[in-house]
Amino acid sequence: MDDARGGWPMSEVAPHWISESLRACIRDPKVAAGGGFILFLLILALGAPDFAPKDPLEQDLILGVTPPPGFAGAEPGYLLGTDDLGRDVLSRLIWGSRVALTVAFVAATLAAALGATLGLLAGWYRGWVDATISRLVEIWMAFPPVLLSILLVAVVGPGVGSVIGAIAIIDWTRFCRVIRAETMGQAKTDYVTAARAIGFSPMRILVREILPNVMPVLIALISLEMGIAVIVEAILSFVGLSVSSDVPTWGGMIAQGRQILHQGWWVLAAPLVALFLTVLAFNLLGEGLRRSLDPVMRR
Amino acid sequence: MTAVAAQRLIMAAVTLLGVAIIVFVLLRVVPGDPIAMMISPGATPADIAALRAHYGLDTSLPAQFFVWLKDILHGDFGTSISLHRNVLGIMAERLPATLELAFASLVFAALLGGAVAVFGTLVSDWTAAPLIDTVNGLFLAVPDFIWAFALVLLFGVFLPVLPLSGRIDPGLDERFVTPFYLLESLATLRFAAAADVLRHMVMPMLALGLPLASIITRVLKESLREAMVQDYVLLARLKGLSRLRLVLQEALRNAVAPTLALTGVQFTFLIGGTVIVERIFAYPGIGNMAVDAVINRDLPLIQGLTLVFGALFVVVNMIVDLLVVATNPRLRNG
Repeated sequence: MDDARGGWPMSEVAPHWISESLRACIRDPKVAAGGGFILFLLILALGAPDFAPKDPLEQDLILGVTPPPGFAGAEPGYLLGTDDLGRDVLSRLIWGSRVALTVAFVAATLAAALGATLGLLAGWYRGWVDATISRLVEIWMAFPPVLLSILLVAVVGPGVGSVIGAIAIIDWTRFCRVIRAETMGQAKTDYVTAARAIGFSPMRILVREILPNVMPVLIALISLEMGIAVIVEAILSFVGLSVSSDVPTWGGMIAQGRQILHQGWWVLAAPLVALFLTVLAFNLLGEGLRRSLDPVMRR
Repeated sequence: MTAVAAQRLIMAAVTLLGVAIIVFVLLRVVPGDPIAMMISPGATPADIAALRAHYGLDTSLPAQFFVWLKDILHGDFGTSISLHRNVLGIMAERLPATLELAFASLVFAALLGGAVAVFGTLVSDWTAAPLIDTVNGLFLAVPDFIWAFALVLLFGVFLPVLPLSGRIDPGLDERFVTPFYLLESLATLRFAAAADVLRHMVMPMLALGLPLASIITRVLKESLREAMVQDYVLLARLKGLSRLRLVLQEALRNAVAPTLALTGVQFTFLIGGTVIVERIFAYPGIGNMAVDAVINRDLPLIQGLTLVFGALFVVVNMIVDLLVVATNPRLRNG
């Protein structure tokens, strides 16, 4: 009875549940499309030195603002053209995916850890714990998130670490609100009553009984949060508060593209399309995962 | 109802106090001395000390906080360090620009989202009807930041018909008595000025309103779908009402309440979105000014603007709560 889970030993239920969920995930078209694109981006980011055709920092002022192939004045070898300093846009885009994905994965995980912990506690203990945490959420939401993130990064100083920290500190509320409500629902179920009756400690019930059951929702939220984190990083880069300007980022490229809009629109269009596809992919993945990880919604 | 309102008012005050404390503490750990920015090269230590005292930066943190709080309750938000002007005065000048933009975006989103939801309900038996949900689902994923730059590319480069920045063409030489340019020009029948203000507003309004419109479409369409199979709609259908009248007269009235509550919450997010959208279009509202204030480390201005944003959040939420109670007879005597 050690791994009690609705009366079934965990060892017999778990592999079946996991393999069935995995199969349902892969079969889901949204997971396949969204996850496929993120995987593609991840490979591109990891292999940036091999995949990028040029050095993303190499300037060539003679080739400044070269349009992509098919437009008048295009140069061979520059698939997405060059910026005003003659740097290859495609190479900068590929290198820029590194910062975007790093921020997405780390910031979303941290925000989820913080928010889910507080949500579990608020939903389980209720009373003054819930009142305090809920008040905190309300105060947090009264700040415009972009303003708070700019403020936090300005206080700590620019850099990937600050951006990640700022996103986690701001967006934990998204997780907290949902997980709190989910936990309240789970706390009423029979299996939790049974676990209580056996005499399991609250910590054990929260971590081993309730957490696995809110996991599908949590994973879907993390995927959505990754999309949000990519945007926030781009916003902070655009305002000039993310990483230093010699590291290519999509937001930095957008800021630069905005300045030379009328000389070379592609400098703005390329990172914007990359940003759009990435956010869309994380959204599709999140929606698909939510549907296919939930045994009730699956049937 | 008064008890509910009183309770809401107290909670709103607690929220605002929390916002004030967090901003205050956050800004006091800012590395970099705001005074260092404003001293002239020849300033003596005595000059610096005098400036410090002038801005109240020479006392302890809790003392500074209570002095600041007391001043704010008396309507004194201090003096901006970067603009050397009264913070309340600057905010009063800039807030109307943001309010006009936010409300224009809200109206646009409600009209577009409502129209698409009603249209989608009317044509729900067409074979191409699921396409509406697919396109709307796509729109749901696109945040204001991406919309803003997509619009910049569309209306700034490929179809250059709209101004890319500002609130009004400076060459127009229009004089305004109030900072509500759009309302004032409409009220005084200066339609050329109103048209120019609107032209400047189109892109930021679309960037802010389109994400909200797709949310409204999704929720309203779902509520309408549920309402359309209710008995009273069936009865009206048996009476021979046309499908359009069924949707508009019968279903919409009952489907609006859940949409209203959600739109209110989303409107607070839209107001938050003005920060970056105003920045992108160099629109002279409080959002754009807040970014400048952070970059310039203008403590009094950052504090004032954050409180204004917090107050907007609190006020919108209260109005939504009251509207929801007012539109739902079951909650009215609760």
